[in-house]
Amino acid sequence: MSNTHDEQRTPVAITTATADDPHMQPLARNPERTERIIALMMLVGLVGFIGFGIAYWYNADAWVYGATIGAGAVFLGVGITAWGKYLMPKGPFVEERHDMAGTAEEREAFAAAVVQRGGGVLGRRKLLLGTAGAGLGVFGAVSLFPLIRSLGPLPGKTLTETDWKKGSYLVDQTGRPIKTSDIAVGGVVTVFPKGYQDTENGQAVDQTILIRLSTVDLTTRKGRENWSPAGYVAYSKLCTHLGCPVGLYEQQLQLLVCPCHQSMFNVADGGYPTFGPAPRPLPQLPLYVDGRGYLRARAGFDQPVGPGYWERS
Amino acid sequence: MTTTASTPSSKETKKEAFGPVGKILGELDDRLGVAKGGRSLMDKIFPDHWSFMLGEIALYSFVILLATGVFLTLFYVPSQTIVVYHGSYAPLRGQHVTQAFASSIDLSFEVRCGMLMRQMHHWACDIFVGAIVIHMARVFFTGAFRKPRELNYTIGVILLILAIGNGFVGYSLPDDLVSGTGLRIAFSITESVPVVGSYLAFFLFGGNFPGTAIIPRFFIIHVLIIPLIILGLVSAHLFLLVRQKHTQFPGKGRTEKNVVGAPMIPVFAAKATGFLFIVMGVTALLGALAQINPIWLFGPYDASRISYAVQPDWYMGWLDGALRIWPAWQLQAFGHNIPLEVFLPAAVLPGVVFGICLAWPALERVVTKDNAIHNLLDFPRNRPRRTAAGAVMLSFLMMLFIASSTDVLANYFKISLNLMLWSMRILVFLIPIITYPIALLICKELQNSPEGGKRKRANVVLRSAEGAYTTVQAESRPGDGHEELAAEPVPTFIDLDEDDGAESADGGVRRVER
Repeated sequence: MSNTHDEQRTPVAITTATADDPHMQPLARNPERTERIIALMMLVGLVGFIGFGIAYWYNADAWVYGATIGAGAVFLGVGITAWGKYLMPKGPFVEERHDMAGTAEEREAFAAAVVQRGGGVLGRRKLLLGTAGAGLGVFGAVSLFPLIRSLGPLPGKTLTETDWKKGSYLVDQTGRPIKTSDIAVGGVVTVFPKGYQDTENGQAVDQTILIRLSTVDLTTRKGRENWSPAGYVAYSKLCTHLGCPVGLYEQQLQLLVCPCHQSMFNVADGGYPTFGPAPRPLPQLPLYVDGRGYLRARAGFDQPVGPGYWERS
Repeated sequence: MTTTASTPSSKETKKEAFGPVGKILGELDDRLGVAKGGRSLMDKIFPDHWSFMLGEIALYSFVILLATGVFLTLFYVPSQTIVVYHGSYAPLRGQHVTQAFASSIDLSFEVRCGMLMRQMHHWACDIFVGAIVIHMARVFFTGAFRKPRELNYTIGVILLILAIGNGFVGYSLPDDLVSGTGLRIAFSITESVPVVGSYLAFFLFGGNFPGTAIIPRFFIIHVLIIPLIILGLVSAHLFLLVRQKHTQFPGKGRTEKNVVGAPMIPVFAAKATGFLFIVMGVTALLGALAQINPIWLFGPYDASRISYAVQPDWYMGWLDGALRIWPAWQLQAFGHNIPLEVFLPAAVLPGVVFGICLAWPALERVVTKDNAIHNLLDFPRNRPRRTAAGAVMLSFLMMLFIASSTDVLANYFKISLNLMLWSMRILVFLIPIITYPIALLICKELQNSPEGGKRKRANVVLRSAEGAYTTVQAESRPGDGHEELAAEPVPTFIDLDEDDGAESADGGVRRVER
C-alpha cells in the first residue's frame, strides 16, 4: 500500500479512472491469496449443492435438503460478496447528483400548460364536466355493490340466535345425551344441542360448557333460581371478548379462563367476568332435568353469544 | 456522448472492435438505444454502509417468498370441505379435517422438499417483516425520509402494512387449531366496528363464523391480490431509489450534490448477488434446522377446541398484547353496543400507530420548517429529539409485544396473572416515558464524545533490533469507518433570501432545530 491515506479516500469518477488508478486496485493486500480463499469457499458451496442433489436422489431426511442447499448458498454467497469487496476496484467512486427539479422556465411552462389546457378543457365546458363527473361517481359507487354485497348474506338474526331451544337435549361432541348421573361434582364437559351437526355453524355457535358444581358453592342470581338443577350450570363457550372457546376450567377457584386473552368468568356466580378484557358475562343456558334424568335446556341462552357488535343491546 | 449522425459503415467498425459482444450490443442499440443508458446504469454509484443492506434483506426475503410460495400453491388445496385424513402422519390418521389442513400436512410429509419449502416460506415471512421494520427504523433515525424521499417512505410504510396483513392471511391458510383461533379473532375484530361491523364480518366470511368461504378467499388474497400490490409497490420503491439516488452518510468528499460509493457493475452487483445467496442460504438453514409452525402438532381447527399459550406470529404480537391489557370498556346505550374493549386496541390503535408513521415527515417539517433537499443522512445522535421520539415508539410497541405473553410470563416468574396484567398496563406507559429523556441524554453524550461512531484503529507493537518495544497506531484502511467524519455544524438560521434559486419562493427564515 504505497498510496497515502488521502489519495485512497478522495473519491474519483469511474468514467475517468484509468486502469492504474489506485481506486481501481483491489482492497485485498494479497490478491492471489484472497482469490484462493474465495475459490475455496465457492468449492464448498459447490459441494453443498452436489450434496443436495445426492440427498434428493436418495430421498434423505427432510432436514438434509435445507442443510446442504442452505450451506451451499451461504458459502457461494459469502464468496461472491468477498469477490466484490476485496478483488474488485476498491474505489471510492463519485457520481454527481443532478437536480430533480427543472429550470425555472421549464417549471413555469409546465404549470402554464397544465393550468391553461386543464382550464381550457375542464373549465370551459362546465356542463360536460358535471355530467361526466356525475357519471364517473355513480359508476364508482355501483361498481362497489357486487364487490361488497355479493360477498355474503346479511347478519339478520344469525348472531342473536343459536340452535338451543326449549327442551333441547344436551349432548356431547359424539351426540350422546347427558344424564345428571354422568358427571361428578367438579366435572366439566362441552355440550351441544341435539342435532347440532346438521346446522352449518352449529359446532361454533352452539358450543356450551357444562359444569357440575357443589350446590353450596352456587350463588343464584335473581331470575335464575331454577336454572341450575343438581349443581349443573351451562354457559356459552364463546368468550364475550373475542369469541375464543373459553376452554380452561380452574376447578379450585371455579373460574373459566379464556386462553386467548386471559378473561376469567366466575361460573358459580352467573358467569360474570372477574378479570381481563371481557366486559360481559358468559350467556347462561337455563337447564332442567326431565323425567328420565336427562339434562335439557329450559330455553335458549339468556342473551346473544360471543363478542360485542353494534346491534347487540 | 457518441456522434449522433454517422454513416452505417463507421458504426460497424466500432462494433467489430469488441468482437461478438460488441456486435450484439450494437444490434441491440440500433433497435432499443441501450448504449447510453446501459453505460450510465453500469456506472451508477451505490453508497456503501452496512445499514443499507437492511432493505436488501427485505427484498431478497420477498424473492424467496415468491419462489417457495409458488411451489406451495402446486400442492395446497384452499377448501374447507371435510375429508378423512389418510396420510403418513399416524396421530392424525382417520380424523375428519378440512382439505386445506390435509393438503398442508401432505405437502409437508408426502412431498419431497415440501417441508423445507413450507418452513422456508414461513421463516422468510418472519424475516421479511422483521427486515422491513429494521430498515424503516434505519430510514427514520437517519432522516432518510426527508425531502425529496417522503413518497418513497410512504410507499415503504404501506409495504410494511401489506406485509403484516399478508403474513396473517398466509398463516391462516393451513386451517390448524392455532390459525383457526386467529381467524375467529379476526371475525370478532371485524364485528367490533361500530354500525357496520357485523355486516363487514358477514361479507368477509360469507356468513357467520366459520362458514366455508374464508379459506378460499384468504387464499386468493394471499397468493394473488396482496402479492401483486406488493410487487407493484416494491417496483415503485426501487424505481424511486434509482431515480432519486441513494442517500449517504456525510464524510470526506461526500456532499449533498454527489454520491460516493461503488459502481453498479461490477462491485455492487457482485455484493448484492452474493448477499442474495446468503439470505437464501440462511433461510434454507433455518427452514431445515429450526422448526416453525408445526401444524401437525396443533391439530386441525375445531371451533370448540383451543390450546394453551395461543400466540400469533411475532409481527401480530403487539396487537395481541394490546387486546390483552386493554380494560374491559364497552359502550352500551340506546339499544346499541360499541365494543371498545376490541375496537380501540385492535382497530384504532394500529390506525394511530401507522398514522403517526405515515404523517411523520409532514409533522417533522411543521416543527423544523425545513423544506430543503437532503441527500446526506443525519447521525441519530445529532437529531436527539427525533431519535428519542423513535425510541419512544419502539419501546411502546415492544411493551405491547411483551404483553402478548402475559400468561407465559406470569407462569415463568411465578406471579399472579393479575399482577402481571397490571404491571404491563403500567409499563406500557412508564417505559416509553423514561425512554425519552434517556435517549436524549445518550444522544447528547455521544455528541460530546469526539470518538463517537468511530472504529478504533489497531495499535501495532514494534520490537527494535535492540529489544526495545514501541507502540504506533496502525495506518487507517479504507473501510475503517468514518475516521475523517468531522460533524458538520448544523445551521440554526439560514437566510433564504440570499439564495437566488428558483425554489426559494417561501423566502423567509428557515430554522433547522437541533
